[in-house]
Amino acid sequence: MTARLMQGDEACAEGAVAAGCRFFAGYPITPATEIAEVLSRRLPQVGGKFIQMEDELASIAAVIGASVGGAKAMTATSGPGFSLMQENIGYAAMTEVPCVIVDVQRLGPSTGRPTSPSQGDVMQARWGTHGDHPIIALSPSSVRETFDLTVQAFNFAERYRTPVILLMDELIGHMRERIELPDPETLDLEQRSDTRVPPEWYKPFENFPEGPNVNVPPLVPFGEGYRYHLTGLHHDERGYPTNRPDEVQPWLERIFRKIESSLSDILLYEANGVDNADILVIAYGGAARAARHAVERGRERGRRVGFLRLKTIWPFPEEVVEYAASRLHHVVVAELNRGQLALEVERVVGRHKVRRVTRADGEMIRPGQIVAAIEDLERAV
Amino acid sequence: MKQQSESRVHQRYLRHSKKFPNVWCAGCGIGIVLGTIIRAVDDLGLDKNDVAMISGIGCTGRMPVYVDFNTMHTTHGRALAFATGLKMVKPGMKVIVVMGDGDALAIGGNHFIHAARRNIGLTAIVVNNAAYGMTGGQHSPTTPEGIETATTPYGHIEQQFPIAELAATAGASFVARSTVYHVRELESYVAQAISKEGFSLVEAVSYCHTTLGRINHWGTAPDMMRRIREQSVTREQAEKMTGEEKEDKIVRGVFAERDMVEYTVRYDQLIAEAQKETD
Repeated sequence: MTARLMQGDEACAEGAVAAGCRFFAGYPITPATEIAEVLSRRLPQVGGKFIQMEDELASIAAVIGASVGGAKAMTATSGPGFSLMQENIGYAAMTEVPCVIVDVQRLGPSTGRPTSPSQGDVMQARWGTHGDHPIIALSPSSVRETFDLTVQAFNFAERYRTPVILLMDELIGHMRERIELPDPETLDLEQRSDTRVPPEWYKPFENFPEGPNVNVPPLVPFGEGYRYHLTGLHHDERGYPTNRPDEVQPWLERIFRKIESSLSDILLYEANGVDNADILVIAYGGAARAARHAVERGRERGRRVGFLRLKTIWPFPEEVVEYAASRLHHVVVAELNRGQLALEVERVVGRHKVRRVTRADGEMIRPGQIVAAIEDLERAV
Repeated sequence: MKQQSESRVHQRYLRHSKKFPNVWCAGCGIGIVLGTIIRAVDDLGLDKNDVAMISGIGCTGRMPVYVDFNTMHTTHGRALAFATGLKMVKPGMKVIVVMGDGDALAIGGNHFIHAARRNIGLTAIVVNNAAYGMTGGQHSPTTPEGIETATTPYGHIEQQFPIAELAATAGASFVARSTVYHVRELESYVAQAISKEGFSLVEAVSYCHTTLGRINHWGTAPDMMRRIREQSVTREQAEKMTGEEKEDKIVRGVFAERDMVEYTVRYDQLIAEAQKETD
């Protein structure tokens, strides 16, 4: 394949098409609008459908409806719209309907700075909707990785019957890089698993179902003879509302188990120079680009700096971080917010080990800011 | 005889695996509306596999769980948006969206007018009881001015939303209003709405004797049924009435009937055009 100059948002749209996404519903918002624009042109070409809804509440609802109809479906937004989608993201988690929600983060709170990068939605991605629920969130650091993680997001959504959040940031969304896209034929694509049981035996929320994953019952699309019920109420294995703790509890345990028992598949990261490091730098998304520069500069000056770049931020890779930081006294967490993922790192490695390097004024974090932190900590080692 | 065959029809469409009885108060009109939908589907000879029933939140939101279709009880106000996504990927399905007046017109008002404007092939059935029943009788967008509700102890001071007129203005293909007293008429409107290609709306005027009836001393469910009968007039009758005479009236009839290309049909044409361009 030939190289192309491509924008992050465009790579996300192309990744979706390559992943088999055939339905997109969205509402214009900076800096995610380009994803909708590209898909409004691309989806009809491949027989898919695009619809611009009246708001973000409707967009995520239409996406879930389309997914129940059997289509791989996605929406894309930014912080304000992501806030509006939260209730229905919880509905998707409750009904275990696969879907992908892209949040190209911009500086908040509120309208904030629409064209400025931020990583302020990290905690919203995890806890934005009410109630206990598992979630998967991926964060790309380059245009090419945006393509790859979009494909991955669809695969995770289908494999685990869950909403998956692609947490981009304005920097990655609006940046252009020269990239080569993989041959679509070479991509590993997850298809929704089929049930083997006849309609009268089918339980859309079965505990320990037969099939490729004992924690993930197959979701049969509407209109194929299986006539079941979906509800945002707590439900039994058939999907009917229940108030019985002995039916609610096993469901709750299963939806967490389906994610937690598959961490080796879900947790994606890049680690380099971690084993013999004196200091570890942890970063993700757009801020990881500055962190990489800082790590290289530190190494040029003879310092042993390890670099852990997280691609999966939710579920938080506790054991990965714990192991990488176990022998170390100092961990630097660099992010474009007031310290959101740092809270998780602190929880896992201990607060005294963590140095937060943050920026939340709409400007990009500078490598020098991170280098200064590394040097300051080196003096203490 | 008719009654017997009707109960057999109901049995064929109600879920046997679902625990009954239902959540509705004895005497509620929602069951009447459910009956009209079941009989309309049966009369039209639709395959249950091709029918979806989608709802939002509230008393009417509980309707889908009892029927043996593809059913989805979604979030408050968003049923039409969920249904839009489903209809787009399954254009062959008959998608019936059941909502209460609060669900469809307050929290879901935006989706209501835009689904009508888009003329997407959904059948919206709004059970209008002029109140939030499940939460205890608070005022809704269709509560008449002056009456008392759980959140208007000094009387309601807002105007009503006319549901049918609103849908007709917003661009729906078929719009009708009837009541839970006029069951045969309601049933025929529901059947016409389901048969219509574009966006269709049936407003089924009902009542809530448990909340508004109690608060305003309107009596029992039969008393409220009688009120509906007395208040309702046909469109033809209404045309001869003065504005003042019409004030408290429920005007029944067909409010829009248009032949327009349905949205998913239009979308398929768009796909064909887009694919021609890329060839």
